[in-house]
Amino acid sequence: MLYQPSTVAVAAFAVFVAITLGLSFYLGAKARSSQGYFAASGGIPWFVNGVAFAGDYLSAASFLGICGMIAFYGYDGFLYSIGYLAGWVVALFVIAEPLKRLGRFTFADALDSRFNSRGIKLAAAISTLAVSVFYLIPQMVGAGALMRPLLGFSHAAGVLIVGGIVIVIVATAGMVSTTYVQFIKGGLLVLFCAALTVMILIRGLSADVNAARHEAAREQAADASSPPMLGLETIAAANLPPPDMALVPPAGAWQGKPYVRARDAGNRISTWRIDGDRAVLAQTVTATADGQTLVDGLPRGAGGGQAQLRPVGSVAELPGNAQQTGSLGPLEYLGVLQRSRIVVWASEKVAEPDGGTTTVYFPQVRDGKDLLFPGASPTFKGVRGETFVEKLDFLSLMLALFCGTASLPHILIRYYTVKDQASARKSTVVGIASIGFFYILTLYLGLGAMTSGNLDVTNSNMAAPLLARTFGEFPFALISAIAFTTVLGTVSGLIMAASGAVAHDLVANYFGVAMTDHEKVRIAKIASIFVGIVAMALGIVFEKMNVTFLVGWAFNVAASANLPALVMLLFWRGTTKQGITAAILVGMVSSLAWILASAQTYKDVYGLPPETALVPFSQPGIVTIPLGFVVLVVVSLMTRAPTAHARSA
Amino acid sequence: MAHFTSHDAHPREQECKATTARNARVGLVLFAVYLAFYAAFVVLTAFAADWMQTEIARVNVAIYSGFGLIVGAFVLALAYLCLCRSNARD
Repeated sequence: MLYQPSTVAVAAFAVFVAITLGLSFYLGAKARSSQGYFAASGGIPWFVNGVAFAGDYLSAASFLGICGMIAFYGYDGFLYSIGYLAGWVVALFVIAEPLKRLGRFTFADALDSRFNSRGIKLAAAISTLAVSVFYLIPQMVGAGALMRPLLGFSHAAGVLIVGGIVIVIVATAGMVSTTYVQFIKGGLLVLFCAALTVMILIRGLSADVNAARHEAAREQAADASSPPMLGLETIAAANLPPPDMALVPPAGAWQGKPYVRARDAGNRISTWRIDGDRAVLAQTVTATADGQTLVDGLPRGAGGGQAQLRPVGSVAELPGNAQQTGSLGPLEYLGVLQRSRIVVWASEKVAEPDGGTTTVYFPQVRDGKDLLFPGASPTFKGVRGETFVEKLDFLSLMLALFCGTASLPHILIRYYTVKDQASARKSTVVGIASIGFFYILTLYLGLGAMTSGNLDVTNSNMAAPLLARTFGEFPFALISAIAFTTVLGTVSGLIMAASGAVAHDLVANYFGVAMTDHEKVRIAKIASIFVGIVAMALGIVFEKMNVTFLVGWAFNVAASANLPALVMLLFWRGTTKQGITAAILVGMVSSLAWILASAQTYKDVYGLPPETALVPFSQPGIVTIPLGFVVLVVVSLMTRAPTAHARSA
Repeated sequence: MAHFTSHDAHPREQECKATTARNARVGLVLFAVYLAFYAAFVVLTAFAADWMQTEIARVNVAIYSGFGLIVGAFVLALAYLCLCRSNARD
């Protein structure tokens, strides 16, 4: 089986959680004031804060999602890496220092520093909450996705456990413990991924399907419950069905599709995809009308009369027909891959006549050259299209990633945890160094997973942990534990940002409730429990959504709502408080509305045909970010004070 | 954790207007440089795919430019650190 609850993984997870909670209680005893709770008293050393940036930023989506996307589609996943990192340049060069100079606790403070306007406080608090919650969904979905295969909990139980631990962390100690959790996790993640990359390069590439499942995985295969890897198994189409199997006549939507299905004596249905005069063996997963999951027509499981999916992902042909490359240098690895032919798996959904849905996963041989260039995935295929409109999705996402980082509330609040601007600067540079290094590693981790022979066709998020398993049980346990801490860290950072927005911006500043320092911290803690519960509920509801995609949307919303306000406040003297409020609200509402009306949401959320979507492409950024700027300028001009003196008062 | 000793709730740092303005200017120039590279990458990928697929030493330009953007961000960040002046004391 691809996933067995592993004792080592459970133990490693327990140790990590224990250390995290211990640290949290220890530091919690020190942070009594609101200054301490929200901003760690400005006392975090810059290096720690820099690595904590990496911890905040390298969320489950970056780590699991990008590796998975590269493992399935090659370069397209790496586009996210490039965009996510480029966003830091905006943060460092444009936003970091003014924000540090203007604000105290939250992003709303900085925006409001010149105006003291209730409107701005409200708008900024709402957008912080909206972005945090939007960004929390994929983290929680990721938590559930990880817990189930690794520890054997259900999705809901996984989400509840992570949510519970995070609430304890945030409610006990606030920003200090959140920062140290992020520091530990960020450091471990980068170091461990570097080690894994070295192992991948030493292993090199292999065209032998069996050798591609390396020793640790082979040991598993010796275990009878573990199905062998499935590479490219072809047969002449004329020889179908095989003599010992009975043809399943195509019914309903199967008619006219290029598939031949046959049932063996044990009732297992094999599916071949016809390509010219050859047919290649596929795998199927059926969700039946009554809620069962079937693999190749049998119930999922390792026992008799049950079937399970076989791991995939291999090199079909190395340059010069070599069998093994031996160890490779970093560029050499990419060069060899570019000249190889690789088996990647695509999928197609077929409606069953009885109301169920079968997903057919079938292998395709693609040129390495093709995979190491943008446009191989369904999300980005428009970039290779002929028309400008097809390319807009790509351009829009690259813009949103570039602008989004500097607008994420949990990143912004981290600027208040260091003592001065010079420290803010230095910690951002440390952050960029660790994050950039990590993103270069993602390319190798992803490509390593693509050719590791241990991919799960149904779940790209598991590519990195499964890759680690091919190196043995210990790396697997370690990477799983780090992945949990990743989720914990990012979730606690986000909940921190959201609870700060509620207590500081909404209750204290907007409603003008007079509170002692102590009461403010208590309100924030209560808010963090509420936000945590909301996040858990959403994490359970959105179980099936693709994690990386959700994060892309969170970036779109953050960039559209927050960036115009931040940038114009810093660089245009004519900005008015009404302009800022309007820009935040319009940016947030328009980008959310666009997302809800997009083809992707139609397909994944409502289950409607994507062609009927109201907007022409799925990523709103290219429209809604400029819209935010336009609204800000127009409203500011309309509400401008008659004389410059009146405004500066 | 020596820094936890600060008793003052939030010591605002001493600000020098000229330094702040100078640092901001340096930041904007470096930002413009990076933006130019990033925009070039995005536009070339979308509209000059053939050129991005040219190979140098067996690896295509798209991969080099991806690495270049990541390493470049770090190099510019270091440059910024060196070019900026600190406020009063550090």
